[in-house]
Amino acid sequence: MTDTVIAKHQLESQGKNNFGFWIYIMTDCVLFATLFATYAVLNRATAGGPGAKELFSLPFVLAETMILLTSSFTCGLAVLSAKNGNKKQLLYWLVITFLLGLAFISMEIYEFNQLIYEGHNWTKSAFLSAYFVLVGTHGLHIITGLTWIAVLTKKITKSGLTTKTSGSLAMLGIFWHFLDIVWIFIFSFVYLIGASL
Amino acid sequence: MFGRLSLDALPTELVTIGGALTMIGGACTIIIALTYFKKWGWLWKNWLTSQDPKKIGTMYIILSIVMLLRGAGDALMIRAQQAIASGNSGFLSSDTFQQVFSAHGTIMIFFVAMGLMFGIINLVLPLQLGTRDVAFPFLNSLSFWLFVAGFILINTSLVIGEFSTAGWLAYPPLSGLEYSPGVGVDYWIWALQLSGLGSLISGINFFVTIIKMRAPSMKLMDMPIFAWSVLGAMALVMAVFPILTVTLALLSLDRLMGMHFFTSTHGGNPMMYINLIWAWGHPEVYILVLPAFGIYSEIVATFSKKKLFGYKSMVWAIMSITILSFLVWLHHFFTMGGGANVNAFFGIMTMVIAIPTGVKVFNWLFTMFRGRISFTSPMIWFLGFITTFTIGGMTGVLLAVPAIDFQVHNSLFLVAHFHNMIIGGVVFGYMAGLTYWFPKFTGFKLHEGLGKLAAWLWITGFVTAFGPLYVLGLMGATRRLDHYDASLGWQWLFIVAAFGLLMILSGVATQILQLAYSIYRRKQLVDTTGGDPWDGRTLEWATASPPPHYNFAVIPEASGIDSFWAQKQSKKKAKKLKLEPIVMPKNTGAGIIIAGFSFVMSFALIWHIWWLAIIGFVGAIITLITHLTNDDHEYVISPLELKREEAKAGREGLYL
Repeated sequence: MTDTVIAKHQLESQGKNNFGFWIYIMTDCVLFATLFATYAVLNRATAGGPGAKELFSLPFVLAETMILLTSSFTCGLAVLSAKNGNKKQLLYWLVITFLLGLAFISMEIYEFNQLIYEGHNWTKSAFLSAYFVLVGTHGLHIITGLTWIAVLTKKITKSGLTTKTSGSLAMLGIFWHFLDIVWIFIFSFVYLIGASL
Repeated sequence: MFGRLSLDALPTELVTIGGALTMIGGACTIIIALTYFKKWGWLWKNWLTSQDPKKIGTMYIILSIVMLLRGAGDALMIRAQQAIASGNSGFLSSDTFQQVFSAHGTIMIFFVAMGLMFGIINLVLPLQLGTRDVAFPFLNSLSFWLFVAGFILINTSLVIGEFSTAGWLAYPPLSGLEYSPGVGVDYWIWALQLSGLGSLISGINFFVTIIKMRAPSMKLMDMPIFAWSVLGAMALVMAVFPILTVTLALLSLDRLMGMHFFTSTHGGNPMMYINLIWAWGHPEVYILVLPAFGIYSEIVATFSKKKLFGYKSMVWAIMSITILSFLVWLHHFFTMGGGANVNAFFGIMTMVIAIPTGVKVFNWLFTMFRGRISFTSPMIWFLGFITTFTIGGMTGVLLAVPAIDFQVHNSLFLVAHFHNMIIGGVVFGYMAGLTYWFPKFTGFKLHEGLGKLAAWLWITGFVTAFGPLYVLGLMGATRRLDHYDASLGWQWLFIVAAFGLLMILSGVATQILQLAYSIYRRKQLVDTTGGDPWDGRTLEWATASPPPHYNFAVIPEASGIDSFWAQKQSKKKAKKLKLEPIVMPKNTGAGIIIAGFSFVMSFALIWHIWWLAIIGFVGAIITLITHLTNDDHEYVISPLELKREEAKAGREGLYL
């Protein structure tokens, strides 16, 4: 009896959990909004050093963007396969999403490395500080998401699609798409506008 | 190996050695007492791992009161220094004095006011909503332990190293690496970062609790006003604490990694920090005061034996204050030079806030009008509040006029104003709330006579302490002065202010005496009404005192506002209720362990001990993942056990 009572309770908690997660996403939105505002204030404060136009390579970032967008699509497919109860397909899409996310974050780290190697690190100007922190915070979120995918994949492999794992998957979906949207903003405001200034 | 940490970090000055010894002595006494009485297991099982909001709330309140004593000690040092230092350098060095006023502000806002607020919300909110728990019990315990980690960190600064000298909001470039190379600002950053993270999580938690966990029959417009005020405050927490997190992180990156957000070189912009910190800081004031408004509304209705006047207008006033509070942050620095139009906008918006606040004041007054008022100690706090708060509100409107603000900016006039709002508004409210709800959680009342005496000492002491500061401010005394010229003739006013503080402190002493005496006389003060000593109106009074850990055996019915009052008035005999099995969260140590690792990480970052910081960070993450992937979080109480528990409170007759 105990198990059925708890199972019923968990099922009833789903709405509350999802709502709570949406609220968390809103707070994360405020966090990014603050960083965007900071970047907007400081993006011309290059202290005599190079600005966005000189530093960023648009084709490279476009490739990054495409990879992340694709990963969002595969993440959607993962959620869809979970809805159809197809565990094998679900795991397959989760792994693909993970690999795409990994590719994205590797490219970002490579880009950062390149900038630092050329001497444009975060201590050089307020603009570079703001750039590294804004894009880096998104990167940290991606790493969090990757950890989440890894842990969840392992959990689903072991215990299948339970109320808890499918709840977690739904939230992961929200999180991953949210990061995608934030990246669209970074791509537009930091890279596209930066390159045209 | 140990970064910047060496034996030099131990205190050398007499005052700081005294502080350090107090801290060490206090910690040792607690540890020895726990070991001697063999209470560690009990503490761990019943308190440290508890997910019960009533226990978490109690712990919040105990820590906040400890911090209140420390903050009051700082206040005493400030007042004593300023009363003495007319034409001489007083008894504190400038550096110590700066640390003292920085610690005073930080402690009073983050660890006293915030702690009392979350404590009272934890205790009262679930009961008022007719629910058994908050939306996310584990996150609730995690928030609390992060608050504790910040608490320990700020007290560690007394023993190892130093505290910030840059004021309670640590304005750069003073708080930057160039002008504050020591660990003080880092202690400030991390104590706030940890407790702020806790507040943010709590904000989400209570918001979801109010929206999703109310008794099914309770509509939003049936909620007690306290719940509404918490809803407004938590919406603010969610909207502004991320800004604080970012701002502190950026300042920390400036200091740790040589970035240039707020430096005065390389394109950094110190004024951006001031804007960011106040975009959080102004709503923070409302986060503190809104729940206090809620408490007053409950108290004034209960003790006037009347329904709150203008419930709907009260709700609208709370919500408009919530929104307006985002639009006024610039009034903290009209002198920035934003230009006449910018200042005019923010000045007018600030004055506009006086309108919904005025609505509230009149609602409270009209609630008392033709009510059957009983002048209990919560009512004394309330009456003290309404007087001092109105004065504070009027000086606030004065400060909102940019032209006047330019004259008294950064003066003691301002200091008097915000103490007027925070002591008169916030502290009085939480004291009233603690007195009002005390019998609910202990089963006996606090001694009324001592309570009234304490309230009167606080109120008169407050007027005596801060009245002179208004005058001094108008005479040109700036804040944070460690000494001043004797020819200014300010000393007698500072002495009066110090005397006022002594009165407040005797009020605090009376409260401690009141608590001790009430515990001693708990048999005589016991609540014989079965959980409703004040003839209350809302659902928290519908269950036993102290409430069982599951709050309600059967979720109560709520119809209209003051539903418990209506239920008591109706002559209908209550139907016997059917008990169902209920699900409760299991205890877990994950919260305290994660906070412990976070403390280690922060301490290591303050002292640049990188390997230890990594251990702390990884430990916290692994504990979190382990907890979240574990499926065994709940247990079930069967109807049979429920009946047995209810019988203990003599309530078994209510059920089938």
